[in-house]
Amino acid sequence: MKYVDEYRSPEIAAQLSAEIAALADGGHHKIMEICGGHTHTIYRHGIEDHLPDGIELVHGPGCPVCVMPMGRIDDAIAIAEQPDVIMTSFGDMLRVPGGRGSFLDAKAAGCDIRMVYSPLDALKVARNNPDKRVVFTAIGFETTAPSTAATLLRAAAEGLENFAVFCNHVLVCPAVQAILDAPGQDLDGFLGPGHVSTVIGAAPYEFVARDYGKPLVVSGFEPLDILESIYRLLQQRVEGRAEVENQYTRVVPWEGNTRALEVIDRTMVPRDAFEWRGLGTIPDSALGLREEFAAFDAERLFDLPGAVVEDPRECQCDEVLTGQIKPWECGVFGTACTPETPIGTCMVSSEGACAAYYQYGRFNRAAATAGAGA
Amino acid sequence: MSAAQPEEGTGQRSAAEREQEVLDRAERARRRAPKVREERITLAHGAGGRSSHALTEAVFLAAFSNPALDALEDQALLAVGGERLAFTTDSFVVSPLFFPGGSIGDLAVNGTVNDLAVSGAEPRFLSAGFIIEEGLAVADLERIVADMRAAAAAAGVTIVTGDTKVVERGKGDGCYINTSGVGVLSRPVELGARFARPGDAVLVSGPIGEHGITILLSRGDLDIESDIESDTAPLHELTAAVLDAADGVRCMRDATRGGVATVLNEIAGAADVGIHLTEGALPLRPDVVGACEVLGIDPLYVACEGRMVVVVDGAQADAALAALQALPAGVQASRIGTVAADPAGMVLLETTFGGNRVVDVLVGDPLPRIC
Repeated sequence: MKYVDEYRSPEIAAQLSAEIAALADGGHHKIMEICGGHTHTIYRHGIEDHLPDGIELVHGPGCPVCVMPMGRIDDAIAIAEQPDVIMTSFGDMLRVPGGRGSFLDAKAAGCDIRMVYSPLDALKVARNNPDKRVVFTAIGFETTAPSTAATLLRAAAEGLENFAVFCNHVLVCPAVQAILDAPGQDLDGFLGPGHVSTVIGAAPYEFVARDYGKPLVVSGFEPLDILESIYRLLQQRVEGRAEVENQYTRVVPWEGNTRALEVIDRTMVPRDAFEWRGLGTIPDSALGLREEFAAFDAERLFDLPGAVVEDPRECQCDEVLTGQIKPWECGVFGTACTPETPIGTCMVSSEGACAAYYQYGRFNRAAATAGAGA
Repeated sequence: MSAAQPEEGTGQRSAAEREQEVLDRAERARRRAPKVREERITLAHGAGGRSSHALTEAVFLAAFSNPALDALEDQALLAVGGERLAFTTDSFVVSPLFFPGGSIGDLAVNGTVNDLAVSGAEPRFLSAGFIIEEGLAVADLERIVADMRAAAAAAGVTIVTGDTKVVERGKGDGCYINTSGVGVLSRPVELGARFARPGDAVLVSGPIGEHGITILLSRGDLDIESDIESDTAPLHELTAAVLDAADGVRCMRDATRGGVATVLNEIAGAADVGIHLTEGALPLRPDVVGACEVLGIDPLYVACEGRMVVVVDGAQADAALAALQALPAGVQASRIGTVAADPAGMVLLETTFGGNRVVDVLVGDPLPRIC
């Protein structure tokens, strides 16, 4: 396919792969890809097969459903259980387990829960069902926040009275900082998220290089993007530099998308603190609706349990999300916790580190061996 | 600590060994008899992936178990008098009822015809049961029935019995159809997923994913325009041509719900073999690839309604492929992979990018109600 195949050339991959191996020079380099989309690309295209053994990719916290704490899922289901409510959200959210089941379970028990592709579709549902209260459970980093913001602005302009947003938007930089501050953290560099950076730009990551001395390369989502970004990270390491670089210049402007940032600012404000699954409570790490949009704020319109639900004791999502362990090192990986019976959120979304590893990666070495013999 | 380098010669297991141990344990867990853990049926139970398998095995097979059913093929093979019969049933709940390239009527006939044909049988007779929602336009019902008549004529089957029920408005989705079918197996063949063996070739009869993407786009939830049409079609001519050309056919399956990936996983599991696919050999329309890229869907999991997977002795792969390609419906047939001994029970894909990955069974389906 045009404009895609160019970024998937096996010939260029082989060249880059050789150059990466030369730069790595047998050493160990622990690199975190922050974004779940990158995790997905890495597995989907088998990128690890192009990397020398010493390069360890650690899957970070950038899967928005994976960082949703169980208590927030329970809150969303509590809203869905109210009379005359139609709950809408992205498909990824449907199977995420809360303390008492998932959206899919709530739907089977009688709640009206619908999957939408965009918050604007939720607005359409609201227009078509004037006698119902339509709530959109908003999730995601700064990537999806602008579309929620634009939807709020449109709902306000139309004077819709039966539409609300349950806002769970989170911010990427505080999460990265929390990982950098975690005890025992030994990462050598970061692949910076691509989609988030189309909105916020590359500049906000400068603290990673300046304050923590770690290189970060904002990367695109095609397999060659990722290889090139890894190459550039190693180059920085070899040259003793720690800088923020932008590999994804075809989409990411250094200063971000000012229009998108402006609509976020018009509708949302940072919360004092927000609970992240696996990372705990992080100050200034999430967005809530501005006072002016109180009429659309599900948190103000509905009575929420708001309980903090402890993760199951056997779940090690927190250690996976912070890169302390690999998915397979979790005690319940693949046995008690599988994509069909997820205990932790990392096993739910295809962008979750554990689900991606379970679905695509769990036989990589054997695959390489068997493939060679076939 | 996980980041520790593998110890050498200390008796301590290396990280790679421990990883493999966990993977083996996960693989054993994956193969255990599935359980239905949910208290209620969810949409995932109907999606054709792992939850559907759990439901089939833990609830239906547990209650009805018998040799004909336990094979878990798309049809039961029955010996009646001196004849070998193939018998199957399928229900159709697609929404919308009409879509580019066909309607629920086409699916209801072709789906059952194909479940018979892939056993090597010649499809003969169909039943048709209609569950109609109060309020359905008679003109729509007539259109559906006309499509069924045309599809039956094209497949050489006769609809010989039927039933009609009408349910209250809101209790159905316009119209649901169940069809059952009987075919005669006059060829001396015994096909089944369990017969796949190392050295076999894997073929697919045409471009994949068109039906599922058509349905998704025709719901109008996404503002994507395209001229992709459903691939709904009878497969009986293709199955006959393959069987005429090669006596080493192990099994044929139509790749409906869950797509080619699901069918291949069923074959890999039933025969305890590994299936190695080559991404570059998958026949795909560029607009299907485009829609899948935009939507984040893997076309390997997208339903077809007129495509089949054929596993055939590797030595006869070229003959079988030529037989498919000689027919209009099989022009774009392709050899997409090979059967190997390892890794048993798994499907692997060599990506065009030069990597490898597992093609696993889906848990749920991103595209509900596609047939």
